[in-house]
Amino acid sequence: MHRTRATLAFAVVTAATVALVGCSADSGGGDDDTIRIVYQKTDAFVALDDLFKKVKPEFEKANPGITVSLEPIVADEADYGTKLALMQQSPDTAPDVFYEDTFKVRSDVDAGYLLNLDEYLADWSDWSQFNEGAKEAGRADDGSVYAVPLGTDTRGIWYSKSVLEEAGVSLPWEPKSWEEILDTARKVHAASPDKVAFNVYSGKPAGEGSVMQGFGMLMYGTDDELYDADEKKWVTGSQGFVDSLAFIETLYSEGLAPAPDVALDGSMWQKLFGEWFPNGQIGGTIEGSWSPSFWMEGGQYAWPEYVDDIGVAAFPTQNGQGDGAVSLSGGWTLAVGANSGNPDAAFDFLAMALDKENALDYNIANSQIAVRTDVAEDPAYLEANPFIGFFTDLVTSTHFRPATADYPQISAEIQAATEAVMTGQMTPEEAAAAYDEAVVGIVGEDNVTG
Amino acid sequence: MRLLPVAPSIVLLALFMVGPVVWAFYVSFTNTALTGRAARAPQWVGLDNYVDLFTDRAFPLSLLLTFVFVLGSAVIGQNLIGLGLAILMTRANRVVRAVVGTALVAAWVLPEIVAAFAAYAYFADDGTLNQLLAAIGIAGPNWLFDFPMLAVILANVWRGTAFSMLVYEAALNDVPPEITEAAIVDGAGGAKRLWWVTLPMIRSSIATNLMLITLQTLAVFTLIWVMTKGGPGMASSTLPVFAYQEAFKFQQIGYGSAIAVVMIVVGAIFSVGYIRMLRPERDT
Repeated sequence: MHRTRATLAFAVVTAATVALVGCSADSGGGDDDTIRIVYQKTDAFVALDDLFKKVKPEFEKANPGITVSLEPIVADEADYGTKLALMQQSPDTAPDVFYEDTFKVRSDVDAGYLLNLDEYLADWSDWSQFNEGAKEAGRADDGSVYAVPLGTDTRGIWYSKSVLEEAGVSLPWEPKSWEEILDTARKVHAASPDKVAFNVYSGKPAGEGSVMQGFGMLMYGTDDELYDADEKKWVTGSQGFVDSLAFIETLYSEGLAPAPDVALDGSMWQKLFGEWFPNGQIGGTIEGSWSPSFWMEGGQYAWPEYVDDIGVAAFPTQNGQGDGAVSLSGGWTLAVGANSGNPDAAFDFLAMALDKENALDYNIANSQIAVRTDVAEDPAYLEANPFIGFFTDLVTSTHFRPATADYPQISAEIQAATEAVMTGQMTPEEAAAAYDEAVVGIVGEDNVTG
Repeated sequence: MRLLPVAPSIVLLALFMVGPVVWAFYVSFTNTALTGRAARAPQWVGLDNYVDLFTDRAFPLSLLLTFVFVLGSAVIGQNLIGLGLAILMTRANRVVRAVVGTALVAAWVLPEIVAAFAAYAYFADDGTLNQLLAAIGIAGPNWLFDFPMLAVILANVWRGTAFSMLVYEAALNDVPPEITEAAIVDGAGGAKRLWWVTLPMIRSSIATNLMLITLQTLAVFTLIWVMTKGGPGMASSTLPVFAYQEAFKFQQIGYGSAIAVVMIVVGAIFSVGYIRMLRPERDT
């Protein structure tokens, strides 16, 4: 009996070992002849899909024997990020070229997902066309560049001229402080309580948008900072943080913002572009320079009249301090996978997708702020929509997110704090305290200010 | 050698059940993440994740919501309604039985994601329920926002009651009619017969059913995620939703795994309780 047990145990172990070896036999490297391109695609965002579909045949013609495999991921930004990160867990599934948000570049370089592009960029004549900000966007803590931006963006106020006029606000509307925004919002609310007076993206479902088109626009306009870049420490216990949350609380508790249940539906932005602005149901919102891409001819929510009905203004600082205006910039890049089986071909594909002609088409189709000097000077770019000049100029008062590997996790905590405040579950002070606690948990006691 | 025939299933269980559990257990002691330095070289952090979890102010709430969800939708909702329906069905005529049975089982055979969307469409602000209420002049609240736990509990009761009903129907059919008749002769009324005769006779079925639906309900993720995403705020974040948020939204695989391990422990506690319930009967 003992012997049979031993035999059995041996058989089980052997079978398990064989099975495990079988699972891992193919791992390591990728296929040299196929380069896999992974990127985001949604109903409203097809510009990149269009770009790659155009580049694929050109690339395959110029590089015989190499097949380009396009693998769009249909998901919102947050889910796209998660799926991409999961694909990166194994060299077998990691993509050769992928669409990467600038704010994730540093942490993903730390994770070993991105290939160092310094050597390739040194031989790429087009690289000199990219402006300095763009070159920084793909740089990691070690000083090397790992990603090349497709474009960038700035943010400001978009408002409905007709709704504001109806409420008796004189145009053009150029608020100089947060208080003036609240004043105008209260007028709109008083004139028509069923309309959304002013929207500041908040809550977890809106993801990074709650920071970029929400809390961050407030925070960067206060006297405090989110991150002390000189000391390389995260700021905790700041009055600016509490004030920013208090502004959000005021908007939501007074009914000036969208109803919290609507705002906590991840698809609210679709309503905002597709229904609220065209139907005159919203006073104003913080939104990005890309907004016209939805309304322009051929856009997801085509509404040619936007040119006349929409006004834009720079978002003010808290009390008009500093240069009086705030903008945040992000943008997306293309990067090459660290485990690519054929990094040369992968980079060539990236370079072809970002050459002048393709970058111009993409920047226009997606209403991006150009990062290539030759594209920025092109008449076709400047005439693409009437707001592009305004938002290109906002670059002078723009801020970039803290360039640290911890940022994505801290951003998620900020989103949670805004949600706690907008739903009334916590006061701004409580939410700020919970945030401070979470930040210490993420970066450690030594990396926060007192 | 008599164990040889079960060897393949042991190998499969080891690979696909024990493997992941052991892995989750191991990862919960590391700082494994989806991005950042910890993604490349995860480090052993001992009990840090558990210490963080037990001091996390979201954790007690999540644990409480999980118990409310299991108690409300499984132990009370599915179990009692299932038993009640099964008893009524024994007396119903064939037509009623066919109609009610089909309606109930329909909710149960739906794939989880389809059932979740159906429940979302029913409870949504401009959904079926509020339209029905509007038809009789009542302005319904936004169920998913104002009463998220009630909405997901009702949805889970709707979805799972058929299973309990089927289990109890089978069990009731096994109760010998002569015992019930003897009780009638002794003058026991309906309620007394149920309490003193029927229920003790199907006790093992009750325990088995409770164990199955409890474990199923503990693991419910899709239904809640589709309906409320665990929100608003944390208001419907049961442990599976909480674990998913931490692991895949906040990218902290290690921390998410620690929550998963706590879920395994909670499931084990429930199971031990139900197994105890089964025991005295074996002694007799």
